Amino acid sequence: MSDVMEFEGNKDNISTKAYLEEAVSQPEISSLASVASHHSAPGSQPLGTGLEARGVHAWFGKHHALADVNLDFPAGTVTALIGPSGCGKSTFLRTLNRMHEFIPGAAMAGEVLLDGKDIYEPGTDVTKIRLKVGMVFQKPNPFPSMTIAENVLSGLKLAQLKTTNKDDLLEECLHRAGLWNEVKDRLKAHGGSLSGGQQQRLCIARALAVKPEVLLMDEPCSALDPGSTLKIEETVRQLIESVIVVIVTHNMQQAARVSDYTGFFLSDGGPGQLIETAPTSEIFSRPKDPRTEAYVTGRFG
Amino acid sequence: MSAQVPELEVRDFSSVSPQKPWKLSPREVAINASTILIALILSPIIVQVTPLKGKLGLVLTFILVAMVGNIVLSFLRQGVQAIGNSIASTFIYLAAGLVLLPVASIFFTVIMRGYHAVRINTFTQDMSVTQSDGPYTEGGALHAILGTLMLVLIASLISVPIGILTALYLTEVKGRAEGTIRFLVQAMSGVPSIVAGLFIYSVLIVGAGGHYSGFAGALSLSILMLPTVARTAEEVLKLIPRDLREAGVALGGTQWRTVVMVVVPAARSGIVTAIILGVARVAGETAPLLLTILGSTTTHLNPTDAPISALPLYTFNLLRTGLNVAIDRAWTGALVLMILVLILFVLARLASGRKK
Ligand SMILES: Nc1ncnc2c1ncn2[C@@H]1O[C@H](COP(=O)(O)OP(=O)(O)OP(=O)(O)O)[C@@H](O)[C@H]1O
Ligand SMILES: [Mg+2]
Repeated sequence: MSDVMEFEGNKDNISTKAYLEEAVSQPEISSLASVASHHSAPGSQPLGTGLEARGVHAWFGKHHALADVNLDFPAGTVTALIGPSGCGKSTFLRTLNRMHEFIPGAAMAGEVLLDGKDIYEPGTDVTKIRLKVGMVFQKPNPFPSMTIAENVLSGLKLAQLKTTNKDDLLEECLHRAGLWNEVKDRLKAHGGSLSGGQQQRLCIARALAVKPEVLLMDEPCSALDPGSTLKIEETVRQLIESVIVVIVTHNMQQAARVSDYTGFFLSDGGPGQLIETAPTSEIFSRPKDPRTEAYVTGRFG
Repeated sequence: MSAQVPELEVRDFSSVSPQKPWKLSPREVAINASTILIALILSPIIVQVTPLKGKLGLVLTFILVAMVGNIVLSFLRQGVQAIGNSIASTFIYLAAGLVLLPVASIFFTVIMRGYHAVRINTFTQDMSVTQSDGPYTEGGALHAILGTLMLVLIASLISVPIGILTALYLTEVKGRAEGTIRFLVQAMSGVPSIVAGLFIYSVLIVGAGGHYSGFAGALSLSILMLPTVARTAEEVLKLIPRDLREAGVALGGTQWRTVVMVVVPAARSGIVTAIILGVARVAGETAPLLLTILGSTTTHLNPTDAPISALPLYTFNLLRTGLNVAIDRAWTGALVLMILVLILFVLARLASGRKK
């Protein structure tokens, strides 16, 4: 309880500028950390770790929804994707864990490299990709037939993973999602019995339980109150030690608060494109593209 | 930090009591009741002075008068706009009452005519040594009860898995044959029950030289049960939001594991409804059984080699004798069948509601 209070207290005292400074300093620290911690894939260069989109296009039937997106998600960073509605942010996000192909008539082009390997390479096990690249949806979607505890651990069963200690994992994931204190006494209650914000944090805990390398979040706070939103943002900041986070948001302050890098998408009638990507502080203080500036200062979109 | 948060003031709310201001006041209830009362008094008078005669006339007049009273009342209270609402709600209540009427009267008739032939031996003896017009204290429906249970069990074992898998094909796999399969299932649900019996009779009993048997009967019932289970399960599975399927797949589950762990459990109570509707469809079927199990007076538990009995057939055969005692036994058979189906439904609901 008290840590929440402090977090909310901080919000009042620290100006956006302070957040931005914090955001600026983050990449340097974390990129050092990433060099130190990511030497897991033997043979591959250190630069090959992380997630990388190369020339990604996406179609729904004949409709070209997304064109030529090149974007790097280095280890240890949070990247925010911003842009007006319908510009292809969700579509892009879903190409990163191969959920795009779930839609009938969908097609794509380009490469998405995870630890240096293209996830669309023929013969790739899609379920393994989705296990490594987790996802949190815009609408909270806990499994209605399962309890809170079962929801958190559902990924292990779905992917048929083995764990030595489920209770520890359960507690750890709920802690990381900032939900433990609220549900520790009713782990056997149904997931649907939680409030919307709690359900969303339950979905985050569920996504964390399978230990993903990347977590994609599509407007995870759009249906939440400011308190839950701040908790989730706090969670995201803590995640960067082990997870690459990509978060779609319509909230500029949120992008400024949580992300190290920001990508701005725009569709001018045609397919959506990545207009500009830069460290978050730069996007908000001195964007290179006039359209980015117009958007972040609220002049359109 | 938390010291800055002011304590919530303790206030006493005991003077406020919960109320329901949207409920009708006693005065309004009395006015409503008085229109019904007026209708009750008026309708016999109207029946007396007009050519309308008989019970039916009385009931119709009563409904009409009550309706008019209701409409006038709502006009006086709320003006012209309320009339449409009042007419609609009157018809809705009327329709609900009309649905209840035959159901209640069937239950009432079966219970009244069926109960006095019920003895302990109804459930413990068969008719192998008893004449159908023998005393109530001899013979019973045991063979028919066991026969019906056997038929329903085997038919369910065949059509529930196939029906649910068909529904999963239509909603989850969405394969190339989706349209064709859906059309065939719909066509199958239109097959008359006697045709299902005739089909099994000609293929299995005449064609393949098989026996009249429980298995043949269960097969003919499966033909009727399968489309009901498949179509209801399909409708239920369609209601499960796509979000859940996406969430399951996004967690690294295969489609099959997502279906088994997420989609089907979320639809569990609906799938049980599908099974119940399927059982309800076939438990009382008589026509296909005439051609497949033939009927019997002895208890026979092997479903493969000889004719057996079932409650609908037991009822039918006893009614045809025209003997008073036998007809009483037939009504008892109908009563037992209804209770049996009821018990199956309750068991199914309990099983679906319980946590694993
Ligand atoms: N399932 C679909 N079928 C067909 N077209 C789609 C589908 N989903 C999205 N699109 C189209 O693709 C384009 C990009 O949509 P997308 O959902 O990626 O936008 P977005 O940037 O996430 O918007 P928002 O901020 O409103 O969520 C839009 O033109 C949309 O109409
Ligand atoms: Mg979107």
